Amino acid sequence: MTALVIAEHDNQVLKPSTLNTIAAALLCDPQVHVLVAGQNCAAVAQAAAQAAGVSKVLCADAPQLAAGLAEASAAQVLALAPSYSHILAPATAFGKNIAPRVAALLDVAQVSDIIHVHSPDTFDRPIYAGNAIATVQSSDKIKVITVRTTGFDPVAATGGTAEVSSVDAVADAGLSSLVGRETTKSERPELTAAKIIVSGGRGLGSKENFEAVMTPLADKLGAAMGASRAAVDAGYAPNDWQVGQTGKIVAPQLYVAVGISGAIQHLAGMKDSKVIVAINKDEEAPIFGVADYGLVADLFTAVPEMVKQI
Amino acid sequence: MKVLVAVKRVVDYNVKVRVKSDGSGIDTAGVKMSMNPFDEIAVEEAVRLKEKGAATEIVAVSCGVAACGETLRTAMAIGADRGVLVESEAELQPLAVAKLLKAVVEKEGAQLVILGKQAIDDDSNQTGQMLAALLGWSQATFASKVELDGTQAKVTREVDGGLETIAVKLPAVITTDLRLNEPRYVTLPNIMKAKKKPIDTLKPEELGVDVSPRLKTLKVAEPPKRGAGVKVPDVGTLVDRLKTEAKVI
Repeated sequence: MTALVIAEHDNQVLKPSTLNTIAAALLCDPQVHVLVAGQNCAAVAQAAAQAAGVSKVLCADAPQLAAGLAEASAAQVLALAPSYSHILAPATAFGKNIAPRVAALLDVAQVSDIIHVHSPDTFDRPIYAGNAIATVQSSDKIKVITVRTTGFDPVAATGGTAEVSSVDAVADAGLSSLVGRETTKSERPELTAAKIIVSGGRGLGSKENFEAVMTPLADKLGAAMGASRAAVDAGYAPNDWQVGQTGKIVAPQLYVAVGISGAIQHLAGMKDSKVIVAINKDEEAPIFGVADYGLVADLFTAVPEMVKQI
Repeated sequence: MKVLVAVKRVVDYNVKVRVKSDGSGIDTAGVKMSMNPFDEIAVEEAVRLKEKGAATEIVAVSCGVAACGETLRTAMAIGADRGVLVESEAELQPLAVAKLLKAVVEKEGAQLVILGKQAIDDDSNQTGQMLAALLGWSQATFASKVELDGTQAKVTREVDGGLETIAVKLPAVITTDLRLNEPRYVTLPNIMKAKKKPIDTLKPEELGVDVSPRLKTLKVAEPPKRGAGVKVPDVGTLVDRLKTEAKVI
């Protein structure tokens, strides 16, 4: 049949996570449609239509869809669901919120965070903080799936020529409303899409040190900044910088872990990075077990030195 | 208002798990088990709501083998008033658990259900959303702040790129994120008191729920190992290797 991808967007820009999800969808079914549900989101629908491999874009435009809230979005997906064999969303805060609600309403299981498609009904997904990979098979008629974006290379954002058609918006049940959003302002690349990430841990000691030591390195490398849970809990860095099982899952070309010991939960979020560098003064730190290049040194001298030499 | 809290017994978060050599699953024999960390946060939040006078009774629910009774005792030592154990030897997947919880919510007449955002064993992050869907209730996932005011809950959620505050109509389902609260330590007197609190045991059949798994696990394997890395003696060597060998900067 056909696979439906739920697009993640902010009514203006299509989020890159959608392109990774389309790539996974194409492995399930050669026919891929994209649903853009929002308000005044025509530009997003146009962008989705240009993504390689997409054959049709469905655009639902209504006030209750503006904020991407679970209740209204899931109802919208559900109305379209019977025509599809697969429904896929990115495994981001957005997709994780909506997809299970859709699955339950369809009375089907959901497959979370897939990293590999074996066949249209068989998928790999990590369990136990990435310490094991389960291969699971779904016998449900409609497969509802969330896609770990780092597991699939994105399709090209241009080159596609899909038609955009509008679909009727489902009436609002009025269960929830958006009060407000507080976004962390950043000029840096987005953490989950960055090619280079420099990440700091408890070893930095304070918020001031974190900024003083890590910012020049990130600036020099054009990198996104990340943090371990310990650093976030101690208030050195904002919550949405957290890399790990319960934070963001990243897989950049280069991941530089500074003052991070390497707890299981942190490794779950970054061990698929292409090259891992660890700078830590404790040579027994578990992070050295996954690092391609390890430097046992005091980060307060090593990092500024590194900035100078790059 | 009656609050229901769902708690799961999982392999302790400090344990480095081992994949069974026949690829059938994870070796859990003799491994330390404890309450899923996100569920501790859920119980703590319910207890705080009761301490503020917003909740009247807290019912902790766990689904699984008889040993889940210990997890309920922990919840009651934190402050839950009583426990419900839905006992089953079967492998319970999120959809089945959501259906069991729905039946318990309806039986108990609860107005608010608090769950952890995900269990650290299957890492699914589904049950709360599924429960809200089955009940037709609103949902507030990944909560880092919860304020109840009469007919609605104002919940701040941790989303990619920052925070989002939503208002959801009650009854509602809330799932907890890490920074919602710091769960209290259970004290010995409270552990003793928890032993006297009642636990009802139910079976999925009594609740009329079919728990058969929908997803079949074909195999569980070790993740691919990373090649052994090298330790470099100084910053100069590190930068040089990154430029000429790894070619990433």
